[in-house]
Order: sequence, then structure tokens, then C-alpha cells
Amino acid sequence: MTHDSTSNLPGAACPLPLAHTDRIVMGHGSGGKMSHDLIARLFIPAFDNPILRAGDDAGVFAASKGTARYALTTDCHVVTPLFFPGGDIGRLAVCGTVNDLAVMGATPRYLTAGFILEEGLETAVLEQVVRSMQAAAAEAGIQIVAGDTKVVQKGSADGLFITTSGLGTIPEGIHISGNNARPGDVVILSGPVGDHGIAVLAARGEIEMETDVQSDVAPLNRLVAALLAAAAPEIHVLRDPTRGGLATTLNEIARQSQVCIHLNEASIPVRPAVAAVCEMLGFDPLYVANEGKLVAIVAPGQAEAVLSAMHQAPYGAEAVIIGEITAAPNGRVLMKTAIGGTRIVDMLAGEMLPRIC
Amino acid sequence: MFTPYRSPSLVQATLAEIRQATSQPWVIMEICGGQTHAILRYGMEQLLPPETELVHGPGCPVCVTSLDLIEKALAIASDPQVIFTSYGDMLRVPGVDRDLFSVRAAGGDIRVVYSPLDALRIAQQNPHKQVVFFAIGFETTAPANAMSVLQAKALGLKNYSALVSHVCVPPALSAILNSPANRVQGFLLAGHVCAVMGYHQYPSLAEQYRVPMVVTGFEPLDIARGILETVKLLESGRVEVRNAYERVVTFEGNHAAQEAIARVFEPCDRKWRGIGAIPLSGWKLRPEFQAYDAESRFQVGSIQPEESPLCIAGQILQGLKKPPQCPAFGRACTPEHPLGATMVSSEGACAAYYHYPAS
Repeated sequence: MTHDSTSNLPGAACPLPLAHTDRIVMGHGSGGKMSHDLIARLFIPAFDNPILRAGDDAGVFAASKGTARYALTTDCHVVTPLFFPGGDIGRLAVCGTVNDLAVMGATPRYLTAGFILEEGLETAVLEQVVRSMQAAAAEAGIQIVAGDTKVVQKGSADGLFITTSGLGTIPEGIHISGNNARPGDVVILSGPVGDHGIAVLAARGEIEMETDVQSDVAPLNRLVAALLAAAAPEIHVLRDPTRGGLATTLNEIARQSQVCIHLNEASIPVRPAVAAVCEMLGFDPLYVANEGKLVAIVAPGQAEAVLSAMHQAPYGAEAVIIGEITAAPNGRVLMKTAIGGTRIVDMLAGEMLPRIC
Repeated sequence: MFTPYRSPSLVQATLAEIRQATSQPWVIMEICGGQTHAILRYGMEQLLPPETELVHGPGCPVCVTSLDLIEKALAIASDPQVIFTSYGDMLRVPGVDRDLFSVRAAGGDIRVVYSPLDALRIAQQNPHKQVVFFAIGFETTAPANAMSVLQAKALGLKNYSALVSHVCVPPALSAILNSPANRVQGFLLAGHVCAVMGYHQYPSLAEQYRVPMVVTGFEPLDIARGILETVKLLESGRVEVRNAYERVVTFEGNHAAQEAIARVFEPCDRKWRGIGAIPLSGWKLRPEFQAYDAESRFQVGSIQPEESPLCIAGQILQGLKKPPQCPAFGRACTPEHPLGATMVSSEGACAAYYHYPAS
């Protein structure tokens, strides 16, 4: 147990801090601050290299100096239930990795897939997941070229876990990174937030709640290709806000680029059904997971061109401008609230918990 | 959600009325953590006249649940025969040196539920396990918790019990108003609590301590209206209890809910985390429902840890200090490393300040 520097602070004698440094808890997988702390404390120092240190969704490198650049990424997929309205773990496993490549401006080419299967899993379930991966790969235009399968004893896994790794090629002249947001840039969001998180939550059946919300899980590479074709040099940052939601993703960008992101709450789309569930459980839709949304930060002169290109492309029909970049206070996300106040939008802390009332 | 209660123009108009009505500084406490959360989430404090100071009251049930009850919960949840069920917020509240997350990571079967009736269903589905529900909350959650005990009895369930930690608003108000350091001049009463209990308990309190009180809801317009009514009463020197949440709250409250509470619970002394013991400020199970009392079933009554006497959370819950005045706020104490319960729950004053600070 780490007690931090609390003992040095005069007057601070609250109950002891629980840093959760001695054991992994669910919050370490939330995609929020606890995940970031774990990465910063353990993984980055251990594996440190310039490619990893860039802190983007995929590592970007050239095979040798002056040759074509590649994007390489990996993603583990665990979801309960395996099938949910709008998708399943197979579609998620393909799209998650395709999207991590696409947001680096890469053309996704090849995927590998690792399967950890729990003893007793019905083969029909596995077949259905594999067919779904096949369909998603066809939609994204990529090939799955290698794989591995392991079986663990009953109780050692939750049915089926999938890990996918992906390789993409980055066209000449494309330089997209979370470091590139500049004051004056415009923030565009491809559609309503929170659909995936709420669809999966409802599908778990733990709460008495009927909703028709569908997961937004989708491959975004064609959407990205359309906006690169419209305004490639003026597109500075692309990200897909997944775990931790839009709020966490924008905080990552604000910190990486050392800028301030100003949002306008009234312009951030949330489906009424998602808003209703969030109201009921005390969730903020800005922190709920998405699996098929794109954030694009672009030079102001190209915002309209990018927006109209997105409107014509798959999964971009509901794209809107949600904010802009300023210089200060850097590293922060601010939001003008619906009634005209301003507040800071922070990262997700640990696990998202329903409020009591 | 597109309700008129979040309409920017209606809220702005009410805020303008507040500015017009205000001629001098006033200190107003909102009781309920849900109101604190909304005030900070919508950035309302910046929109109020500088003379209006809001202080954030003790109305977060997660924050005020005493350390000994948390320790009892941790002990029960560690029992391999137990499925421990709780509202999500409680999992992060630190006990002496661990929280329910730690117990879960060490193998405890701890499940987040949204209602005690979910816990009851888990008990029916797991007849060979003991299912315990952490029954925390103000008057708001008491009816459902009472119903779960009545249903368990009706169903003859032997494996369901509740770890009861109910607290009540009026005794806490008295405690705040009795404090020699009290600064609060008017109260926004907790709308949900009043929906259950009505507000007939408050006129005598208002009269005794000479402070106006206004029953207030949770949307920005509700809160703005509650503040406006309170400021008007303060400015005119009138001591009254008014209802600015008429669409939900009546003077008498919900009789059926009150009857369920009265059948199952009786008043008791209760410790509030950070504040200390307040006489007759809680509810416990009546003797005829002792069979459903987790504290006696698991014999954890002797767990009585000492709370630090210096924790600032108590002063925050009483409105004597604001979260940023704590030297640990936002540095050593953050929602993922909470030092105090007020940082843990999203309804806690410190967490609300941390998530929604004024820019």
C-alpha cells in the first residue's frame, strides 16, 4: 500500500488513500486515469522507445530511413455478453484494431488474431464470432493473415477473449498524431456519443431497462479515407473515442498537443435513449464508450470541406462541429454548459459507477 | 434530455431575477449531493451574483456512511459464503486500509445492484449463499429498502439480510444549525427526500432557528428557482418553508412509502463520517425484523474503528470549509486516490468540485 505524499501535507488527515498499487482492480482497465497511471508507471519505463513514447493509438515507423511508413497496433477484446445489439466480440475485435490504424492516417492492410477460449464454449458460438470477423474484415477491406488459439480451463476466462494486431501503411505526406492540434483548429465529431457503452450495459440484463440502443461498432477506415482525400494536409488529429468516452480522448489530445479544447455542450449529439439511460444511472454520456466514432481536429479553413466529406462517407452522416482549440489553459478541456456556465471536463478516473440516487 | 427545466433562456431569466432580488451577501446551503453535482456540472455558481455563496451540505449518503459501517461491510463481503450487493458508489469508499474493490480483487463476490430488489432476486437465485445488501441512504432509498425486507419475509427467504446505514435530513440540519460556527442563513431542502417524507417536518425547525427553507429539485431551473425563493425570503426577513418543487413534492409526502418505512425501521442514534454521532439521526430495523439485520447475523457489531479527528471532510459536509481549502484537494486526494469519502462519490462535494471546477 502506498500512502503517497499525504503525510507531508499539513491538515490532511482524511482516511488513508487507496492507491491500488499492490493489486489490479477493474479501474485499471477503464481506459481512464488509472489505466494511464499503470501505463506510465509500468509499461512505458520498461519498454521505453521513441515510437512508444509518441503515445498514439498505433506505433508509427519506417522499415529503413526514407522508405514507406507503417502503423502497427494491438488490441485485446473482452466483453460481456459476447453478442449485443449492433455487434459482437468478433466485429469489435476487427473494428477496434482497424480504427486504431485508421486514426494514424494509415490504410489498414493485415490483421492477426489470437483466441483464448474457455473450456466448454459452444463451437456454434465461436463459429458465429468468426463469421462476424470475416464480415467485418471484408467491410474494412483487410485480410486476417495469422492467428493463434489457446484453450483455458473452465472458469479461467469468460467464454472467449480475442486479441488482434494490425499493420497499415501510411501514404506519403500524411502526418497525423495526437500531438498536432493547434490553436484555431476546429473539433469535429462523427456522430452521437455513448451508444456502444449503453447497448452493452443494457444487453447484460443486470438492470431492468428496456432500450433499443444499438452499439455503433464499425470500421472507420473508409470514413478516414474520405476526409483525407478532402483535406489531407489540414487534418491534424484523428482519434476514435472508445473506453473512457469522448471526455477522456479529448483530454489525451489536449495534454499531448499542449492546447486547450473548448467544447459547446449544446452541440454534442447524444441520442435521447442514451441520454435517458445515463440520467437514470447517473452516468455522463461524455464518459461512455463508443466503438465507431471519430474525432477530427482540422485547420479552420478546411472544417466545412471535411464536414461535407464526412457527411457523404459511411458512418459520417451525423458529423458536427463540437468545439475549437485555443492555446490556454493548456492541457485542459473546457465546456460551455447548456445553460451558459463553463466547466472543466476531466478524464474518467477509475471504473464508471452508477450513482445512488 | 430536452426538458424546459434545462432551458438556457428560462434559467438565465431566473438568474437575472436572483441578481435583481439580491442586495447583500447570503450564505445558502443545498442539502443534497445531487444538487451539488448539478450546480457544478452546469457551472451555475459562476452565473450567480457574487453575493450569493452556496455551501454544500451533508446530503451524500455515500460520504456520510460511518467508518465502522464500511469496516463491517468489508468484513461481511470477505466471507466466502456471502454475495455482497451494493450501490456502485460505495465500492470506492475507503475503510481503514482497503475498499470493496480490494475485497473483490482478493476474491470476494461483490455485485453492483441498482435496487435492493435486485439483491432480493440474487438471493432467490442463490439459495446456498448469504446475500447481503448495503442499505445506505437518506429517506429517499428507505422505502425500497423497507420493501425488500418485507418481501424477504413474505417469501420466507432465509438468506437475505441488509446492512442498514440509514440517515435522516432533519437531525443533520439541527446539528448544523446548533454548531457555534454555523454560517448558513438559508437552506435548499432535498427534493427527493421531501417527495417521500413531505416537508411538514421543517416549519418547526425553520421557526426554531429563524432560517428560511425552500424545497428544491435537481434540474438547473429547479435549483435557480430554489435559490431565488430563498433569497427573496432572506431579503424580506421572512422565516418560512416554501416549495419550489411542486411538480414532485407535497406537504404530506408519500403516505404508502412512509408507512413501509415505519413498519420496518425505527429511529436510532447514528454516526456520520467526518461529523460524528448525531442523536436519533438514523433508522435501524425494528426488533421484529432483526432476522434480516446483517450486523447481528454476521456478528460484526464489535467492529468500531477510530476515525481521524482531523479529517476536513466533516467541515466540508457542514459547510464550514470548501473542498479547495483542503491542502490535499486535487493533489494527494483525487477521485481515483480518494483520501476522504467526499471525494469518492460522484455526489460528494469534493468529487463534484474536482470534476467540475470553475474555469
